[in-house]
Amino acid sequence: MLKRSLDRYLERFSWVTFFLDVFRIAAIIIIVLGVYNTVIEARYTSAQWVTLIFAGLAQGSIYALIALGYTLVYGILLMINFAHGEVYMAGAFTAVFLANYQANSGFLARSPFLAILSWLALATLVSTGIALLLERVAYRPLRNAPRLVPLITAIGASFALQYTFRGMYGTEFRSYPTVPALQGTVSVFGSQVPIVQLIVIFAAIVLMVILYFYVERTKRGTAMRSVSEDHDVSRLMGIDINKIIVTTFALGGALAGAAGIFNGLFRPQGVFFFMGFFPGLKAFTAAVLGGIGNVRGAFIGGLLLGVIESVFPNLILEGLGIPAANQLRDAFGFTMLVIILIFRPQGIFGERLAEKKA
Amino acid sequence: MDEKRTPTWQIILRSGLLGGVIATYMCVIGIVETFSERLLIGSFFSLGEVMLVFGMVITGVLAARELKGKKNYVSLGGSLLSGLITSLPLIILIIITLLFVLRPAVQGAAFNLRDMFVNLSPELVEILTFGQGLFPGIPLLILFSALMAALGATFVLPSRRWRMGLISGIAWTLVIGIFSDTVQQIFGRDIASFLFLNKALTPQAAVIVFVIAFVVGFFSVHTRVQSRWQTIPPSQQSRARVILLLVALGFLLVIPWVIGLFLSQALFMVVLFVVIGLGLNIVVGYAGLLDLGYVAFFAFGAYTMGILTTTGALGRGGLNFWTAIPFCILLGVVWGLILGFPVLRLRGDYLAIVTLGFGEIIRILALSDWLAPFEGGAQGVLHIPYPSFFGFTMNSPQSMYYVVVAGAFLAAFVTIRLRESRLGRQWMAMREDEDVAEAMGINLVQTKLMAFAIGASFGALAGGVWAARLGNIFPHSFNLLISILALAVIIIGGMGSIPGVIIGAFVLVGLPELLREFTEYRLLMYGILLIVMMLVRPEGLLPEATRRRELHAGEEENIEPVPQTPIGSDR
Repeated sequence: MLKRSLDRYLERFSWVTFFLDVFRIAAIIIIVLGVYNTVIEARYTSAQWVTLIFAGLAQGSIYALIALGYTLVYGILLMINFAHGEVYMAGAFTAVFLANYQANSGFLARSPFLAILSWLALATLVSTGIALLLERVAYRPLRNAPRLVPLITAIGASFALQYTFRGMYGTEFRSYPTVPALQGTVSVFGSQVPIVQLIVIFAAIVLMVILYFYVERTKRGTAMRSVSEDHDVSRLMGIDINKIIVTTFALGGALAGAAGIFNGLFRPQGVFFFMGFFPGLKAFTAAVLGGIGNVRGAFIGGLLLGVIESVFPNLILEGLGIPAANQLRDAFGFTMLVIILIFRPQGIFGERLAEKKA
Repeated sequence: MDEKRTPTWQIILRSGLLGGVIATYMCVIGIVETFSERLLIGSFFSLGEVMLVFGMVITGVLAARELKGKKNYVSLGGSLLSGLITSLPLIILIIITLLFVLRPAVQGAAFNLRDMFVNLSPELVEILTFGQGLFPGIPLLILFSALMAALGATFVLPSRRWRMGLISGIAWTLVIGIFSDTVQQIFGRDIASFLFLNKALTPQAAVIVFVIAFVVGFFSVHTRVQSRWQTIPPSQQSRARVILLLVALGFLLVIPWVIGLFLSQALFMVVLFVVIGLGLNIVVGYAGLLDLGYVAFFAFGAYTMGILTTTGALGRGGLNFWTAIPFCILLGVVWGLILGFPVLRLRGDYLAIVTLGFGEIIRILALSDWLAPFEGGAQGVLHIPYPSFFGFTMNSPQSMYYVVVAGAFLAAFVTIRLRESRLGRQWMAMREDEDVAEAMGINLVQTKLMAFAIGASFGALAGGVWAARLGNIFPHSFNLLISILALAVIIIGGMGSIPGVIIGAFVLVGLPELLREFTEYRLLMYGILLIVMMLVRPEGLLPEATRRRELHAGEEENIEPVPQTPIGSDR
């Protein structure tokens, strides 16, 4: 039995698969070793792990909302909207001024709910506007160009947007005001979890459910799914492709805008022109993790990536005796991307896109 | 091309508003105000005004181009009108600034729009109203804008000779004004003091320059080099080529001593990016693998050089520059293979993002405390000695320039030889279609790995030279920008073509080195350039012949290379 499978393996032997296998096994060994050490040494209490997981979930729901934008656009145009992180930045960076103004004038303290709603409205509006502008200026004229061309445009657009906002709003780091009504903690599984994290997770889930029903149940949503299957046939069925593409970009932009505000709620610092770049990359990782082009996958991928990022550096890297593991958090996110693409390029829910269509 | 013709008023309105939005954008992001310090002509015309005028001229060009079929006075009048419209967004901007910035500042109100838009300043209003206050200022702005749009229209309308004359006159005046420092360094103080006063052209000098350039452009002294070349018989052609090459070589050798210290440093950076660009060109241009993490190889080269040669605490090996360079290249190859391996099966967009991730991983690892005992962490590697050549220490930009030029020659030689080789043709086949290439018996694994390895070795070579020039390296230098810049260099220049890489490096690295004023907006310009380039001329400035054909396939069946397709002409 063993011999036969070994024979079959040798028959199909190629160095690439061999090395990839070695790489896979090494990755597994490293992970298991790290986890084992951390658990045996009992570096953290279970309450600390719960805290980390909730922080990860909150961060992950931000990734998830941004990742939905990537996945929607990818599903329809088969292109990576590299500048989507900047769409997220645009909303968050603009609304920070409104937020601070309201905090100074006392409006935030008087009616926090209305205030946050107004930030959401502004951020969503700006992000949607930027997303539509991007589509019109940078992507629409190139719809039939070779694949690399729109990707390069997207990289250009990403930098152009960053530095436009830098020019407009200045280089200073801004921060959102803390909302008094959202302070405080709740006890979950014996650990104190900030209320604001729970609210962010909940709000993201609500938005996700709304989006899901929009895509699955409404007429426009059906048209979107149809376009993602086949442009030409959809056009024959009387669907206005341009309108659908515009809707897609608008949806992605709106979700990214909302994500910017949620991010500001639970992590107020660090609002500046470059704030969108890394969340954008992470969200792309999340979309790939869930299977790009898949709405459900993007959401779950986002949450998963958030948790992985917040738990794994402590769980694995510290177990391996690496000092200051949190410095490596970002590197860890990207390593995850590489590992996913090696293990399962199609992601959790996706079809095999990374190799076939892409 | 459209069946139904757009009505004239719509064209006027559209181009006017577009130009107005561009001009307003320039104001809001602060270019106009920042550059208004930099005078070009006399004491009244600054680089900031050039930026402002740019939008207005665009208005005129657009309007006149779309109205070209009409009578001359219609299109000229049309662009004048659209110039009037262009000033509208600017006037709104002035009013907004007055209401929400200047008034609250006087009254001390809580809401001040300048907290948000940092560039809406009193100075900006002053520039827009020519310092004349609101009343004569705003009508002046309207008039000025209309006149500038008319100027833009003249670029399109009159006969070719007038057009060439005008364009060359204006372009040369601006160029000499902008590069006054450079002109001074090259031609010496005497000519400079005749032309310039405080870096700006004196008005008389501006007129002289304009007239000369106009006359030259008008009588079209530039003949068609290409057709002239073809009339030379082939036997003489090859001899002429050798002579040209020798002249170019001699020029390359003497130039750093002519242009002085500062420009040599700029030139060093340009040639360094030629090497980097040539390396990336192999990966992206030939093999079609979009690598956004190229900075990783540059960093490997720099760190190898640093650790092997430094006299500081981190030093291992204690080699000198010349013995360490082969190790840099070798390590580049090894790392190219290592990083190339996991991404072998990925294509297109995925590859781009993963390689970008690699670049960031490398930077973060270099910064971390974990590896700090080996490569210095955030402190970087210090005290890297200058190379010495037969007892002569190369501590000036001029001498390092020769090292990097040697590197560029090596890179160019390898590139040229590879392009015509079996491997080069395999790369191009793979770039066109991986599946077909594989079916033709090309070993994709080997071909891809070779591309990564060779491309990486150029990057590492550049990194090593760079480390030796700088003397200290810090992980912060190895950020994504270098990857993006390298990519922009080969895309602007023309993917897959060596002259393209050189032109790209001059435009994207050389010009910003000369224009220190631009540093703030450098990346903005790269971004916009990338977009515009992809929209207008995706094949780059000096493309490879095949690439151009490929990108314009279907657009035109009988391919005549289109010189400088202007904006928006394909619609």
